[in-house]
Amino acid sequence: MDPMESIKQTYFVECDELLADLESGLLALESDEGDSDTINAVFRAVHSVKGGAGAFGFEALVEFAHVFESTLDAMRSGTLAVDNDNVKIMLRAADVLADLVQAAKDGSSVDPARTQTLADELSALITPQDGAPVTGDDGEPAADSWGFTPLKLDIDEPAAPSRWILTVTPTPAAYAKGHDPAILLREVARLGDVECWLDASALPDLNALDPEGSYLRWTVFIDSAVEETAIRDVFDFVGEDCPITLDREAPADQPLEDIAPPPAADFDVAALISLAQAQSGSDPAMPSDEPAAAPKAADHEESGGGREPSKQAAAGATIRVDLERVDRLIDLVGELVINQAMIAQRVVESELGRSSSVAIGLDELEQLTREIQDSVMAIRAQPVKSVFQRMPRLVREVAGMTNKSVRLVTEGEGTEVDKTVIERLSDPITHMLRNAIDHGVETPDERVAAGKPAEGVVRLSASHRSGRIVIEVADDGKGINRPRVREIAINKGVISPDANLTDDEIDNLIFAPGFSTASTVSNISGRGVGMDVVKRSIQALGGRISIASVPGRGSTFTMSLPLTLAVLDGMVVTVGDQTLVSPLTAIVETLRPKPTDIRLLGPKGAVLAVRGAHVPLIDIGVALGWRDEPIPPANGVILLVESEVGGRAALVVDQIQGQRQVVIKSLEQNFQHVDGVAAATILGDGRVALILDVDAVIAARSRDRFEPQPLAQAS
Amino acid sequence: MSKTILTVDDSRMMREMLLTVLRTAGFNVVQAEDGVHGLEVLSQSEPDVIITDINMPRMDGYGFIEGVRNDSRHRATPILVLSTESDPEKKNRARQAGATGWIVKPFKAESLVEAIRRVSA
Repeated sequence: MDPMESIKQTYFVECDELLADLESGLLALESDEGDSDTINAVFRAVHSVKGGAGAFGFEALVEFAHVFESTLDAMRSGTLAVDNDNVKIMLRAADVLADLVQAAKDGSSVDPARTQTLADELSALITPQDGAPVTGDDGEPAADSWGFTPLKLDIDEPAAPSRWILTVTPTPAAYAKGHDPAILLREVARLGDVECWLDASALPDLNALDPEGSYLRWTVFIDSAVEETAIRDVFDFVGEDCPITLDREAPADQPLEDIAPPPAADFDVAALISLAQAQSGSDPAMPSDEPAAAPKAADHEESGGGREPSKQAAAGATIRVDLERVDRLIDLVGELVINQAMIAQRVVESELGRSSSVAIGLDELEQLTREIQDSVMAIRAQPVKSVFQRMPRLVREVAGMTNKSVRLVTEGEGTEVDKTVIERLSDPITHMLRNAIDHGVETPDERVAAGKPAEGVVRLSASHRSGRIVIEVADDGKGINRPRVREIAINKGVISPDANLTDDEIDNLIFAPGFSTASTVSNISGRGVGMDVVKRSIQALGGRISIASVPGRGSTFTMSLPLTLAVLDGMVVTVGDQTLVSPLTAIVETLRPKPTDIRLLGPKGAVLAVRGAHVPLIDIGVALGWRDEPIPPANGVILLVESEVGGRAALVVDQIQGQRQVVIKSLEQNFQHVDGVAAATILGDGRVALILDVDAVIAARSRDRFEPQPLAQAS
Repeated sequence: MSKTILTVDDSRMMREMLLTVLRTAGFNVVQAEDGVHGLEVLSQSEPDVIITDINMPRMDGYGFIEGVRNDSRHRATPILVLSTESDPEKKNRARQAGATGWIVKPFKAESLVEAIRRVSA
């Protein structure tokens, strides 16, 4: 890749991090948790974005970042108060900055009016504000004091102004800061013809010499055509550490000696310079004799040898790895786990005994494999921060659109979860947050009337709980309006008017397909997507979602997800001569039915009475086509499962073998999609077991139900 | 023998850029991520020129320059400040701390190399 292109990529990656830092810093300031370090970090973030943008010529970005930076600088220096209003403007400015970075990245456009409005708002915070666009600042940047152009003119005109007389008197401070008069004089020599004299009269005897003292001064006669500023520029940075005087030479008839200090002609100038410079060990360049060509030659020399930097290896604590390689590694470790299980099985079959050396070695192998598997999974584990940090902006926007005042509090951003899960967390969290703000939090007026602070709080938190990640979205709003929910559910035919529901069941009605409590479907919670879609997308990840609500106090959505999608907690069961795995998340309970609990329904159908409710019985062997006649349910084991599409069902299997973590092997990738089967896995004995798609099995049964059947007769 | 340059900058992009520019110009490049790291790197290397940013976490450029000047091995090593800012007050502060020169970001490759040439013998 073109080096500039690759640096640009680095810049954008860095920008993402900087923007995240910026936002979290501003949020900390907003919630009064910030200190001067936070302000500094925020300032640095904008500053770095600007710095890089300048290098690539993203002018709109530079301009805006500059205004932003100036305002932050005022905050940093204490002239601008760190209050809520100011920070709010900055948060919006951070959004604009993010958009501008995005625009620079993909060439999209940003509404210039919006950028301008915010730039104006920022400028208004600091008075007096020059208001001038930054371009002036960056138009002449590279040059600054260093950007002179060497000027060389042959001047024969006797009438031309007389030569410059420059005196250079370095102080010890100049040497202490790494300045080298020889180099300064060399630069002067590059400007034009010079005549350089050394005054070493102040140089003491060697035994009285302070090695860090400064005893030398120079007088330089410079070609008259050289501009004064060019000469002064050479000494710009050394400044008062090396005082200079610069005058025009007196008329030519005046003797030179009258003005210039008596040149110490007897001294070996080069030797003296090297003496003065001995401590710094630098090369004694002879200013008066050194033509401009010499440094050029030195440059050429330098470009000859490009060596590798020596101590670079220790610098980086992280490396970037192609995701495909990690995936491949995970696949291989999966195979290793299976293989290890197969060997274990073989050892058991060979009846070597548990204390045999093979069995003991195998135990160690098993432990190692498990550790390797955990470590590999940890490579893919990432903190949920990357998802969480996108949310403050969403909250601001939704709050703005609904005219509500909402503060987002995030907790447990460091909670780690598999990358594939992270990628799919964003949508459900977005929906839950929108829902919390749109339906949960009241308007400021309503809140004040209810005796609450005008600003609502939405809490987004993540934590690990028993091998799963739990994400909660809690608001302190009005809670679920149960009578209204019930009324809508009845109107929409979700429940029958005489249904007797607990509060919990009413709350969970909002997950029913096509449900929306807002009187008008707002385009915020909406987009035509209801909580049912959220629930389904979470279930597709092997997760669950539930809600708890207290009227007047707020609602809490809790979703729990597996930490990884590569392995699955499954219940291993036997059906006929096949071994199947059912995802544990779908199973509510398992039981052995009493014959009296089973009621036949029609010629083939049957239901199971579980605590007063009737649940359809599905024989898995029949459903998957392994046998024609269902086994008597009382002879098998019932898995009571729950799915969104068809509610609950009782799956009949022959036997339960146990619970196990299994490595998921996609069937679609290797074979094709099979209805009722989600994926496959390889068991310890090397046999392939299918993983049951509970939702699909129940859905298939619901379809059958609509086929013409004789009227149900209870037995 | 080619010169060794130490660059101290917290921005990864800026480090990469400096590395590209300086390597192309034929310098050896040693890099550090902030002032504290810069001083650590300095304890094991002898750069001919140091280029440092000002706004950095942990230890900023001023602190770093002072640190370098307090180390007798590096008190005469030229230090160039590379910063987006150009106001005289900050320049003066850098000078007080012991900086040798100042380059404004964004920089052109030639002007950076030129500046290095100007401060190093």
